[in-house]
Order: sequence, then C-alpha cells, then structure tokens
Amino acid sequence: MRDIRLLDASFNPGALIGPFTHANPGLGGVCTFVGEVRPEDDVEMLELSHYAPLTFPGMEDLADQAFSRFDLMGLLMIHRTGLMHPGEPIVCVSAAARHRRGAIDAVDFCMDHLKSAAWFWKREKRSDGWHWIEPRGADFLDRARWDK
Amino acid sequence: MTVTIVFLGPLQDIAGEASLEVAAPLDWAGLLDKVDPEVAEQLRDDRVNVACSGRVLSDKHSLRAVDGDEVALLPPVSGG
Repeated sequence: MRDIRLLDASFNPGALIGPFTHANPGLGGVCTFVGEVRPEDDVEMLELSHYAPLTFPGMEDLADQAFSRFDLMGLLMIHRTGLMHPGEPIVCVSAAARHRRGAIDAVDFCMDHLKSAAWFWKREKRSDGWHWIEPRGADFLDRARWDK
Repeated sequence: MTVTIVFLGPLQDIAGEASLEVAAPLDWAGLLDKVDPEVAEQLRDDRVNVACSGRVLSDKHSLRAVDGDEVALLPPVSGG
C-alpha cells in the first residue's frame, strides 16, 4: 500500500497508522517516524514552502527509490506545507515490511532525504522576525550514508 | 513571448517578489542580467539549482527557456 501526500493543513499521524497497518495484511513489522515542530528557544511559528512542479513528484520519486531499495510492502509518506505551531506534526513516514530491517531502514532513508534533499524551504518566526533554516552538517552526513 | 522566473525560499525575500515575467527566450546570461544583482550573486553559488518547465537542470548554465516556460530558482532546501 502506497500513500504519498503533501498537506497544507494540520493532520493527526496517529489516525493514519492504524488504517495503513490494516492495508498491508501479512506484514511482519511497521516502523513509523513522526517529526514535530520543536518547542524551543522563542520559536513562535514555522513555515514550510514548496514548489508544486517539483516537490510532490520528488516525494513520489523518493518513494520509488525506497520500494526498489528495501523489501517493502507499504509506505506512507505525509509532509506538511504552510504555517505550523510548536508541537504540530510536520512529517510522518511509516513503512510496512515482512521483516523489521526493511521497515526501519526505509523510514530512516526517507527521512534523511526529506530533511536535506527534498524541495522544501523552512523558516522560523522568532520574537525578532523570520529566519530561514538550512540543514545542519549532520543532516547532510546522514543523507550521504545512503550513497555508499 | 514571456518567461516567468519564480523565486523560492530565501530568494523570494531577496528579490522582494514571488515571480517576475521577462521576455523570451532566456538563457543563463539573460537570467543573471534580469534578476536583482543580489539574486544573481546567489545564483552563482553551486548550491543554488535552476529548474525549467518543472525539470531541474543538471547544468544551470545551459538554461534555454522559451515562451511559456517557468524558470524556478531553487536555493538550498530544508524539510522534515
């Protein structure tokens, strides 16, 4: 079961996992990662912008790569755009596989690519205004692990 | 006979607008000439990509946009 979505409104990851799991009968394991807006410093809001002609096709391509690289039965990949407050989910990736390693690695792979190689631009609103956020060095190193 | 230049992420702040219509055709030199000098400087950075008609160019210097094309200027990304 494959479900790739770009959402411009708040979503509840918990409500998606049950149906996703049931849609993959015979699975051996499900791994789910949910990323949320971190309530830290003086971050009031986070905004994710995207470019429609590239962003969603890029997510579909990433899903294709995950299916060809790992022994997957199903993949759920949901990414937000627009304005979000601390504590709100930004991203949810869930993978179903016959064996745990396929599910865990597929989620890790998708997240590393969504962080630093997908067509999104992120900025935070703090008390002194908006600040654009670039991936940290660690994010690039995380993604580079998959090039080996 | 126009090409639409779309500014993404921080480039939108620098350009002060979301998009700009210029005369077609448009090549790399024309692009650097048409955008704000500060945007042009950013464009020379290897980490800034250029897409034409929804396809990211492997070599942005080879840009050849024709009438109706949308040219997107893509600074370093950050998601998740």
